[in-house]
Parts: sequence; structure tokens; C-alpha cells
Amino acid sequence: MNSKATAKAAKTAPLKKVRPRKTLGQRILENWQLYLLLIIPIVITIIYKYIPMYGIQIAFRDYKANRGFFGSKWVGWYWFERFFTAPTFQRMIVNTVKLSLFSLLWSFPVPIILSLAINQLRFKKYKRVVQTVLYAPHFISIMVVCGMIRIFLSPYGGLINLLLGTRIDFMTVPEAFRTIYIASGIWQDAGWGTIIYLATLSAVDPGLYEAAKIDGATMFQRIMTIDLPELTPMIILQLIMSASGLMSVGFEKVFLLQTDLNKVTSDVIAVYVYEQGIVDHAYSYSTAIGLFNTIINIILLIVVNNIAKKAADVSFV
Amino acid sequence: MNAKSKTGLHGMSDKTSDIVLVVLCSLIMLIIAYPLYYVIIASVSDPYDVYAGKTFLLPSQFTLEGYQTVFANKDLLTGFLNSVKYTVVGTLYSVIMIYITAYPLSKKDLPGRKLISIFFIITMYFGGGLIPTYLVVRDTGLLNNMWALFLPGGVAMGNVIIVRNYFENNIPKEMIEAAEIDGCDNLTTFLRIVVPLSKPIMAVMVVFSMVAYWNDWFTALIYLNKAQAPFPLVMRGIVITTEGLASMTSGMSYAEANRIAELVKFASMFVAAAPMLIIYPFVQKYFEQGFMTGAVKG
Repeated sequence: MNSKATAKAAKTAPLKKVRPRKTLGQRILENWQLYLLLIIPIVITIIYKYIPMYGIQIAFRDYKANRGFFGSKWVGWYWFERFFTAPTFQRMIVNTVKLSLFSLLWSFPVPIILSLAINQLRFKKYKRVVQTVLYAPHFISIMVVCGMIRIFLSPYGGLINLLLGTRIDFMTVPEAFRTIYIASGIWQDAGWGTIIYLATLSAVDPGLYEAAKIDGATMFQRIMTIDLPELTPMIILQLIMSASGLMSVGFEKVFLLQTDLNKVTSDVIAVYVYEQGIVDHAYSYSTAIGLFNTIINIILLIVVNNIAKKAADVSFV
Repeated sequence: MNAKSKTGLHGMSDKTSDIVLVVLCSLIMLIIAYPLYYVIIASVSDPYDVYAGKTFLLPSQFTLEGYQTVFANKDLLTGFLNSVKYTVVGTLYSVIMIYITAYPLSKKDLPGRKLISIFFIITMYFGGGLIPTYLVVRDTGLLNNMWALFLPGGVAMGNVIIVRNYFENNIPKEMIEAAEIDGCDNLTTFLRIVVPLSKPIMAVMVVFSMVAYWNDWFTALIYLNKAQAPFPLVMRGIVITTEGLASMTSGMSYAEANRIAELVKFASMFVAAAPMLIIYPFVQKYFEQGFMTGAVKG
């Protein structure tokens, strides 16, 4: 057996040598221009992405500007303990989880339903118009969106109050905060979210629709039997990605929509990280809270990924 | 056969379904577009008529005072010009970075390609977080420097992957081989063949970068000073807090100040939103294409 294998190798080896293979060194040298192009992105990434990652260790130190990342005193879990015993700790955790969980539950299905509907539109020009309009809010600054929310919800001549005939100051009602956040989020991003699904659906073989039509399937049946199965892997992929970011709420929007009176529901970890770090200069404390948040996200990513892998194995392969 | 397809299981013929679908989509378009339309109407109407609910469909007592005030106000005008500058420089920087990263990574025979890819992809999932990044920006002397808006973002890796896949799938290999046989080196091939042949995806990258920098305000809030604030950040003093309004209504009567304040709120929102809303439809047809090539091989 062994001698057979070596004989085979001996047979093929000279054949390969006909075309002289370049050594690794030669190939690297040959591509020097490509490495040159990569130098700038790599250096910037090291400085602004990797050094901050290394700097996370100030979460375990008492950071002092004159001592830097590594010279500051080691304090272990001190900042984490302080965070866990903070008076608003429980409220922040609950608010963060509730806000992102409800956000995911309400927002996630919308682009899927929209794309299934848009995909069935037969007049190409109308379809294009629908898509253009639906994408629009995605291109608007969160600042403008939050400005619109505040103005529309104002008790003094705000659009919503005018339409409802009421004079409610929604921005001061804690119970209204999550609804405002989620509804405006759907308004802004659901349309944009259809792109990935529409792109997936564009790969469906038109012959399938023709065959289904001949078999007498209605539009609804065609969606359920052709489109939805085609989308399922993408839906699962998107779900994994959204679920892993469960603890990272849209900081900018919460920050802009928070008022003293709705803090009961709008107080989330991300805003606390900003207030402690940038406003109060409690660098180590803020970093520790941010790290805590990141670790939960990583755990979620691993857990959800494993669940999806198992589920996908069962139902698809 | 034919009769069956006209009255299917759910009792709806294709024609009825089509009509239902069009009505439904039109309704959704209305929900999306109306708030934006209302902002435009309100920005040119008398605020007291807006208060009274007289401007649901058309402007009332047409006026351009809101826009005049926006561009006469020093803070807002400076903010606008700052935003233009940041958007132009940022987009140039960002697109160049995406291209010089994507091209080498699209070369399958580049030694170390996989390792370098992983090096960049890690930054998509892990980061130093707000404060460690802030401290590095501060220690590299970028506080109150425009470049603090661009450099800490590193390379937009999601976009790099989309562009890399476009290079791999949409640029004919024969063209590149022909160029190499003609004696072009990597850099010449890149500039003469790859860049000109990738215009659609470049247009998408330009729009994505423009939108990101035009709409950004938080990075500026952390790293820049007040005089360097971009338009959305100046706007914050008008539509979110009200501290920015005093400078444009000083010396006015209460009623007049109120009037101008309301007009400026709507006008500034329109000024902030309009440029990007005008631009994106031009590259819209490439979005799906870009996402598709990006999705095939994450």
C-alpha cells in the first residue's frame, strides 16, 4: 500500500515540476504593491480599533490620565461591583432588555411581510416607486427623526394630537416611550430592511411561479409555498444577527427622546455609559459598564447561534 | 384548469389579489411619506395655522421666513458648511479606504489574504467601546480635529466585503489577465481596469458614506468643539433642547419669537433631510445588486 502511494507520488511529482512553482517569498515579493495598499488601513485599524480593545483593561484599573492605560492602579472587580449595586442598576437592565426585546419582536417581521408583498407587484414602475418611497426614511438623520417625533407629539399643535383631538404631552409619559421608540423605528427602517429579502427573492426561478399558476395556486399560496421557504435561511441569519445585538439599543435615539419625566422607562445602559464616561469623566467606571454590556451580547450571540444551528440542522438538512 | 386559477383556495383571483396588493402598498407609502410631506408643508406655513390644524394637505399663508432664518443664523449656517466639508472629505477618505482594502483582499492568490481578512473582520464584532476609543483619539491629538470623525471608524468592513465580492464576481477575469499579459502591474490593473469597471458599486459606496457623514452628529458631540458642530448637532439645540433658539429670536416679541421658532424647527429639519433624499434614488437600482453580491459570501 505504502509503496504504491509513494510510486504514485513519484509519478505525479515530476509532472508538477514542469511548471516551476514560485516560492512563498517570490509570491510575496511579486505582490508588494498590494501589501503597500493595505498598510494604511491596517495601521489605522491597529491604532483606533485594536489599541482601544487593549485599553478595555482600564475597566479593572483606576484610570488616571497621567498614568495611562497600563500604569493606572489595578482595582479588580471594583467598578463592576459598584455598577451592580447602583440604585438604578435593576431599572437599567430591565429597560434595556425590554426595549430591545419588544423592538425585535415588533420590528423583525415587518420587512419580511413587506418584501413578500412588494415581490408580487407586477407593474415594474409602480414597484420601483414603492421601493423608493419605502427606502426614504433610512436616509434621514436620527436627529431629524427625533425632531419630528418630538414636534408631532407636542401637546401644542403637534400632528398626532391634532389628529386625535387630544392634548397629551407624550414625551413625558413613561408608558408611551417604548411605543414611540419602536413605532418610529419601524417607520424608519422597515423599508430598508426589505432589500436583503428582495434580493434573495429575486433569485427565485420564474419557472416555479409559472408551474404553480398552471397548478391553480393563488397568489397567497405561491407566497407560502415558493417565496417563504426561499427566504427562510435568510430570515434565520437575520434573526441571529439581531438577537446577538439584543443588549445594544439604539443609543442615539434613546438619548434624543429621553426626558426627565420618561426616564422610568427610557433609562438604559448605553445612556449611562455615555453620562458616566463623557459627561462625568468616570472613565474606568464607564468602560466597565460597557464591557459588561458587550460580554452579554457575545454570550447571546453564541447561544442564539447554537440554537439556530441545531434548529436549522433539524429542519433543513 | 383556468376556472380553478381564477377562484383559488382563498377565493381570490389573481386580478383581485393584484388590486388588493396595490391598495395595500399605496397605503403603506402614504404612512411613510406623509410625515415628510407634512414637514415640508409646515415649514412654509404660518405656525398659528399649523397649530390650528389647517395644514394637513396644503400650506397656509405661504412664507419662506423659516428658511431665511436658517441661512441667516450664524450657528446654523456654520453647521451647514461644516457638514458639507465633513461629508466631502469623509466620503473621499472612506471610499478610498474601502477600495484599497477590498482590492488586495479580492486577489485569491495573495499570501496571507485570509489572515488579513480575519484581522479586519474581528473589528466588526468587537471594539474597545466608547471610553477606550475616546482616550486613544484624545491621546493621538485628534480632539477638536475634523479627522476624529473619520479615523476612529477604521475601515467600513461591511462595505469592504460588498466591494470585494463585486470585484471577484463582476469584473471579467479575462480583462485582468489580459492586462497582466500586457505587462500591467497590480497597481496599474487596479487603477486602469478595476476602478473604471466598478463604477456602479463605487456609486453605492459614495452614497452610503455621504449619508453616514451627513447624518452623523454623535461623533462630533464627543470629539469636536461647538464651532465645529455639523448641522444636525446645531439642530439639536432647536428641535430637541431649545437652547439654540435664543440666538435667532432675541429682541422679538413673545409671539414673534414663537412664530419664528416653529418655522425654523420645520425648515431646519427639511434642510437636514433634503440633500440625501434627493441623491439616493439615483443609485437605488444598485442597492439590491450590491446586497446580493454581499450576501452570497459573507
